[in-house]
Amino acid sequence: MSAIRVPVVEKIFSTNDKIANQNRQNLTNKKVLAINLMASPGAGKTSFILATIKRLQNQFRIGVIEGDTAPVTIDADKIISAGMPAVQINTGGDCHLDASMMGDGLASLPLDELDLVIVENVGNLICPAAWDLGTHFNLLVASVPEGDDKPYKYPNIYRGLEILIINKVDLQPYVEFKMDYFRQGVEMLNPGLITFPVSCRTDEGMDAWIDWLSKKIIEFKKNA
Amino acid sequence: MHELSVTESLLNLALSHANQANATKVTAINIVVGRLSSIVDDSVQFYWDFVAEDSICAGAKLNFDRRPAVLHCADCSTDYTIEHDLTPCPKCGGMRTTIISGEEFFLDSIEIEKEAEKIS
Ligand SMILES: Nc1nc2c(ncn2[C@@H]2O[C@H](COP(=O)(O)OP(=O)(O)OP(=O)(O)O)[C@@H](O)[C@H]2O)c(=O)[nH]1
Ligand SMILES: [Mg+2]
Ligand SMILES: [Zn+2]
Repeated sequence: MSAIRVPVVEKIFSTNDKIANQNRQNLTNKKVLAINLMASPGAGKTSFILATIKRLQNQFRIGVIEGDTAPVTIDADKIISAGMPAVQINTGGDCHLDASMMGDGLASLPLDELDLVIVENVGNLICPAAWDLGTHFNLLVASVPEGDDKPYKYPNIYRGLEILIINKVDLQPYVEFKMDYFRQGVEMLNPGLITFPVSCRTDEGMDAWIDWLSKKIIEFKKNA
Repeated sequence: MHELSVTESLLNLALSHANQANATKVTAINIVVGRLSSIVDDSVQFYWDFVAEDSICAGAKLNFDRRPAVLHCADCSTDYTIEHDLTPCPKCGGMRTTIISGEEFFLDSIEIEKEAEKIS
């Protein structure tokens, strides 16, 4: 017997990343833009998806994948009531979606008819950040009542973002939330991150977001 | 936390490299974990014993090479280490920083045993 050291130097998420890349390729081939939407519980993920659908439904077809830790279909039912296809993925208690669950979700959506897929990830600021799903953008819905220190405490999730939504700005008069301090932390982690402060309650800021997203979808379909 | 699925991924990766090398046993797994990678190495260790049980990785020692989170200040060029929360530059208070290390999470190497080559 002889002990031998075998060099590997490979990311531990490499299997997940391979499946994620297949998902992304599949979506790109079908010219469907996909967004991985992350947030803490109750930040307004479902409200934000519904508000986005409401404003885009005459222009684009949107499918939604709802990740939940338990088999409750409350969020998926809301999307279906809004007239868009939705599938529920039950993670069986797991704290995040991964690329193979995402693949299952995509298989249940009519991708040929869609322009945009939004994935509502499990409410959590730590775990979803580590798992690439194979979407084209990572989006975080932060919200004012969570507090302005979140970028400092959860640096990891802010690192991998392409889009940041700051929701519930209507609550700013009622809670201690220093926008400058919050945005400074974000800037340290992810300089120049595209950011939209919005309220799903008052619709403030939604026009800017919808404008940006519509352009992105059209640009993507042209180049895909 | 997601350490169970992380541990399963780790096992699969280690096994595939062990098989390629015709290992009969894996004695150690050397992992690099950055402070910002959000992996709790204690619970990886905890799950490892269950997950690896029936494989040639059973009983392998997990070695964690922990890398600190190091930031570089763009204003005064100081490199500084953060422990938990993100903090501004301790020298000038600057917040224009880049992260130089701390996000690593990979399998660096494995240590294996093989049947000694037969001398014919
Ligand atoms: N004031 C205010 N409340 C909001 C806003 N957006 C969402 N909410 C409320 O916040 C609560 C949670 O919203 P959801 O959309 O269910 O949040 P979620 O992130 O999908 O929640 P989970 O899926 O359960 O993690 C609901 O009571 C919403 O009405 C907002 O912009 N302003
Ligand atoms: Mg929801
Ligand atoms: Zn400095």
